[in-house]
Amino acid sequence: MEFVTLGLGRWLHIAAGVMWIGLLYYFNFVQVPALADAGKDGTAAGITKHVAPRALFYFRWAAVVTWLAGAMLLGRHFHEALFFLNPAYVPIGVGAWLGTIMIFNVWVLIWPNQQKILGLKAASDDEKARARRVAFLASRTNTMLSLPMLFFMVASGGVFRTAVF
Amino acid sequence: MKNPLDSLWGTITLGLVLTFLLFNLVRYALQ
Repeated sequence: MEFVTLGLGRWLHIAAGVMWIGLLYYFNFVQVPALADAGKDGTAAGITKHVAPRALFYFRWAAVVTWLAGAMLLGRHFHEALFFLNPAYVPIGVGAWLGTIMIFNVWVLIWPNQQKILGLKAASDDEKARARRVAFLASRTNTMLSLPMLFFMVASGGVFRTAVF
Repeated sequence: MKNPLDSLWGTITLGLVLTFLLFNLVRYALQ
């Protein structure tokens, strides 16, 4: 059982996390600036029609797999970490909270608004403009939070090497 | 005032500042 939770669980958590955060960085470092340029020469449709929906699919489901695998990894220490009940689990608890805020942003702020932006859900021009701003800021917030989140994930086996999970 | 999240460098700077603050907060809490 330990092989499943600690071995496969950790591998799955990191593999899915690479896909989630990798696509988050793709959106922020590549797609957003590319769309701004593509809008000027009328080539944005290729990205919004063929690339963005696929990237968003893997993005949001990788977030779910990452979070669930992380929760499985913490196992019986899950509540100790999330509610800071045990000092040894405080660093990973901070990382877990940051990851939890990020998955909330993905499913509650980014994905519903992206559906309006990409025309997958009916929306007026005003609603689309507002959706664009909300999704953009939520995505940028996640990019910002990813730095401390990754630090605390890594720090739990590094500078704050205290917890066993 | 311009929102720092509008620029990538603003976003990264905020992320680094938040990392530093949380690191020190946790280090202090665990002492």
